[in-house]
Amino acid sequence: MAEEERTQVEILEENNLIDMTKYITYVSAPQAGGIATFAGTTRDTFEGKSVVELRYEAYVPMAIRCIKSMCSSARSSWNLHSIAVAHRLGSVPVGETSIFIAVSSVHRADALDACKFLIDELKATVPIWKKEVYANGEVWKENSEFAERRLELGKDRICSGRKVEVKAGDRKTCCGSKVKVDG
Amino acid sequence: MDVTNIEIKTKNAECKPAENKGSSVQIKVLFFSRARDLTGLTELPLELSSGSTTQDCLNKLVARFPSLEEILGSMVLALNEEYTNESVIVQDKDELALIPPISGG
Repeated sequence: MAEEERTQVEILEENNLIDMTKYITYVSAPQAGGIATFAGTTRDTFEGKSVVELRYEAYVPMAIRCIKSMCSSARSSWNLHSIAVAHRLGSVPVGETSIFIAVSSVHRADALDACKFLIDELKATVPIWKKEVYANGEVWKENSEFAERRLELGKDRICSGRKVEVKAGDRKTCCGSKVKVDG
Repeated sequence: MDVTNIEIKTKNAECKPAENKGSSVQIKVLFFSRARDLTGLTELPLELSSGSTTQDCLNKLVARFPSLEEILGSMVLALNEEYTNESVIVQDKDELALIPPISGG
């Protein structure tokens, strides 16, 4: 299908920087009036502790499968043109980008809403892990989004393959959207 | 030809009398992040009796690596790259992954 060709998923091996321009160029199209992007970067502190870097690892084949699946879910809820998702593995020092998402659509609302959905869904379902490294220790982080979704994941034998419908008109910012999930 | 007869004889010798379809399955278990820390392994072959569930696999793993108890309540299982639950029966050559709490993005 044509839409499959306009979804790019990349898991970048260690020491490969994310080229945001490349992904923005990928999703750009004459008919797409809006491009929404999200870049996740390594913060310098967590609960008062100085962060040296984040170190990422992934169950790569399943992560790719999950990301493709969540892109399909996004397409069934919003009218999208192209999607690009890239995630780095290995060390990501403070200030650098670990994850980048770009979405294009004819009208901006679809791209903006889908972009938010994709990062939220990635944090809840995609098998990628990060270790937060401090000067005097390191700890595996845990996404609260995963904890909330955990019991559902195992039940339906899926990898984020369920279609998610967003009620029209629920355009609140930040954690306010109602999400109806097909049973 | 004689070759055919020999093959048949060999096959019969291998057939176990009681159970059908072989009595054990061999799977591969993958350990990530905290699970890898606790076991010291990235992967492990595991042999189980035919008809075993993912729960049976977990039980066997915890018996061998008691420290895995730490993440039992917070992790999820994946079978052949899809999230699964404890009651699924594993097949020969399946890949079972222990998925501790994720933190992508």
